[in-house]
Amino acid sequence: MNTEVIKEASMVMQKEMITRNYDALTSTEESGRKIASTFVPGNLNELIMSFGMLNNLPEINAIQNGMRKKSGPMIMDAERQGHSEDVCTYVKADIGQMSKGNIAPNGKPMPSPDLLLLSYTGCFTFMKWFELLRHEYGCETVMLHVPYTGDGVVTDNMRDYVVKQLKEDVIPALERVSGVKFDIDRLRENLRRSAAAEDNLVWVLESGKNVRSPIDAYFGGVYYLGPIFTAFRGTQEAVDYYRVLRGEIEKRIEQNLGPITPEGDMPEEKYRLVVEGPPNWTNFREFWKMFYDEGAVVVASTYTKVGGVYDLGFRHDPDNPIETMADYCLGCYTNRNLPTRVDMLANYVEEYQADGLLTNSIKSCNSFSAGQLMMMQEVEKRTGKPAAFIETDLVDPRYFSAANVKNRLESYFQMIEQKRAQSRVA
Amino acid sequence: MKCYVGIDLGSTTTKAVIVDENGQTMGHGITNSRSNYDTASRVAQMEATISTRLTLFRQALDSIEELQGNITELLEDLERYFRLELFLEQLDDLHKTSLKSARDLSVFSGGEDLTEALEEIFKQLSSTLELLFAPGAKRKSDFFRDLAGSAYMQVGESVARQLGLSFDTLLNIYDKSIIEVENRPPADNLDDKFIRALDRVLKQSGLSEEMVRKQIQSALDEEIDASYIVGTGYGRVRLPFPKEHIRSEILCHGLGAHLMYPGTRTVLDIGGQDTKGIQVDENGIVANFQMNDRCAAGCGRYLGYIADEMNMGLHELGPMAMKSTRSVRINSTCTVFAGAELRDRLALGEKREDIVAGLHRAIILRAMSIISRSGGVSDEFTFTGGVAKNEAAVKELRKLVVENYGDVTINIDPESIYTGALGAAEFARRAGTENTTPTERLQ
Repeated sequence: MNTEVIKEASMVMQKEMITRNYDALTSTEESGRKIASTFVPGNLNELIMSFGMLNNLPEINAIQNGMRKKSGPMIMDAERQGHSEDVCTYVKADIGQMSKGNIAPNGKPMPSPDLLLLSYTGCFTFMKWFELLRHEYGCETVMLHVPYTGDGVVTDNMRDYVVKQLKEDVIPALERVSGVKFDIDRLRENLRRSAAAEDNLVWVLESGKNVRSPIDAYFGGVYYLGPIFTAFRGTQEAVDYYRVLRGEIEKRIEQNLGPITPEGDMPEEKYRLVVEGPPNWTNFREFWKMFYDEGAVVVASTYTKVGGVYDLGFRHDPDNPIETMADYCLGCYTNRNLPTRVDMLANYVEEYQADGLLTNSIKSCNSFSAGQLMMMQEVEKRTGKPAAFIETDLVDPRYFSAANVKNRLESYFQMIEQKRAQSRVA
Repeated sequence: MKCYVGIDLGSTTTKAVIVDENGQTMGHGITNSRSNYDTASRVAQMEATISTRLTLFRQALDSIEELQGNITELLEDLERYFRLELFLEQLDDLHKTSLKSARDLSVFSGGEDLTEALEEIFKQLSSTLELLFAPGAKRKSDFFRDLAGSAYMQVGESVARQLGLSFDTLLNIYDKSIIEVENRPPADNLDDKFIRALDRVLKQSGLSEEMVRKQIQSALDEEIDASYIVGTGYGRVRLPFPKEHIRSEILCHGLGAHLMYPGTRTVLDIGGQDTKGIQVDENGIVANFQMNDRCAAGCGRYLGYIADEMNMGLHELGPMAMKSTRSVRINSTCTVFAGAELRDRLALGEKREDIVAGLHRAIILRAMSIISRSGGVSDEFTFTGGVAKNEAAVKELRKLVVENYGDVTINIDPESIYTGALGAAEFARRAGTENTTPTERLQ
């Protein structure tokens, strides 16, 4: 495998943004800034920033550690402390990071958070995770309870309930911890910038509809999401990033180029896939290579919607700042029920002219692995396109069995070939 | 004759099937996979070629009226002597390799001369082992390694005792040499061996020598032209073929099962290290599949491990389980835990046959879970792979299929171990023949 990775301007830009953010997080002793720890789905970055606070995302730390091959020993550490093999490996990587001196991915000690802001959006493990963190840090903790959209709709009641908590619990907690008074205009400014970035993000993700897609909406997609899912939504940096990214993709379409991979432009597009489930992080490049070596492009994925579903029309709305945050949280992919997820997947297969659906089910994720096989079968039935199911893990390197995954993927690609040939005949 | 070859490189055995232009199976061969897939695929292909030759012999002899009634026996004898020729050739290779290994070893061990001992061992081996190819003799295995190995152990031990040598040293020599011999590609001169074998056959039989010779020779003159090869199985990436000659074993098993039983809609394949549940359509095209993930419990190796734990042969497990009167519930499908559970049950005084029956049920339960995740069992249901030969496994499977899916036709072909290779051969035929219809040429 090539060690030299091909990078575009947007990638360099993003890398610098992430580095700056980790540097800001690890230098709060000098800057005096306060830190809120929160999760990606349902994160209230615009609000946190409006108090001048920084945002630290434990699962992003776990991903960073996974990609840098550091998560394995951290998970073992957590297991030594009594966490079972079946516990979410993001949690164990985080616990392991703490017990190893809580060193941030930039190599400097990560300061303890000043506030644990739990935005509870569909993953039941989040609550237990923050319970452990509260025990560890003993800092102020506030929970935003976002009702699960079990019936597939957001009712006024649900929205009111979230708005009430934002006003009565979350904002006062942020005021207390930061010592800054809530400034709704500052929040509106942040939200306006969010919406601008979101427009370009959606444009980029929907470019996968081109036959000869200029992007890979899964492996490439996770890079495109980096800023908007993490500490940058609502910043000018994110607005700039998505403008540059869109420009790059526009150029790729003009030049009729396929997605960029770590080994350069993909020469051909043989298979177009929709993918459900997060990628594996410990063997990310090896996993990706199994796709691009075979000419398989992911044209749409649901993982790129866990931090917000924007392609169905939602944008952060500066005119209704509190309500829009409630709508954002209620609409995250993780907070949607199984029939809605099936609808999304089946529509993606149709709208993006995909050859089928691939599910990457996560061994240690009890929240979202439930129902995935049923979802897959339903999408298969509705679209008539072949589907396949593979299993890996988030950040536990022991759960990535390359030979097995490759075997299934190759079988799946050949299955698509056969089906295509059959329909050509018919 | 133009023909097409499918090779299935499994974790335990490597299989090859040869089909003719019409897709008719002409021959098949099997060998142990060793650590060297290149050699394994050449040996399997050679075995399939031998089997194809025998088919051609039969076709040639069938036309002679006065031979009717004697052909089967004649061909059995011919194959037996042919195998003996092949075997003696490999034994000779082992003999020479052992002498060389002994010389290499003596440099390090201070010069103990083992030549005499080895000469004695191989003298005895060739006479003992020749008996294995006598009419009516039963061989425990068809693989050279198994036959030569167990005889070497016996003969070697007594020779070592007589000559006052270390048996361990002789064993070392064998271990080192057998790997070399096994990994050496087989010699090509099959025709000469058939002729030598025919000489032996004709010497004993009262058949018309001239007529038989003529027919056999004409069949030998027919060139077996393997014009297209497709490989499948876990070792497929190791095959020295271009990528388009390689097919996933899921597709090959689906197609192979369809060719054996065109009514097949669900296939279960239990191989050495994986279990596959496959759904196919009316053309043998795969619609869905599931495989075991990152754990080989519930596969053929599980039974192999149990057999080792019980100090039994793999093929003895099924018959033992059939004697069971009550099945012991084995909760674990983890291979290693099953060993622990086995010892625990024995300690509790459970009967061996009842425990073994419970283990068979455990493996099939695991397979049922994989099938259900692939979409369940639809009529007809075809069971393939090495484990399909195990009657106790089949019994449990039948029971569970009826319990869960009702009355379903269950197909088990005695040659089901060749299903994947057959599918691969058919893919080769479709790729290699121009006169196929578009529906046939699906790739």
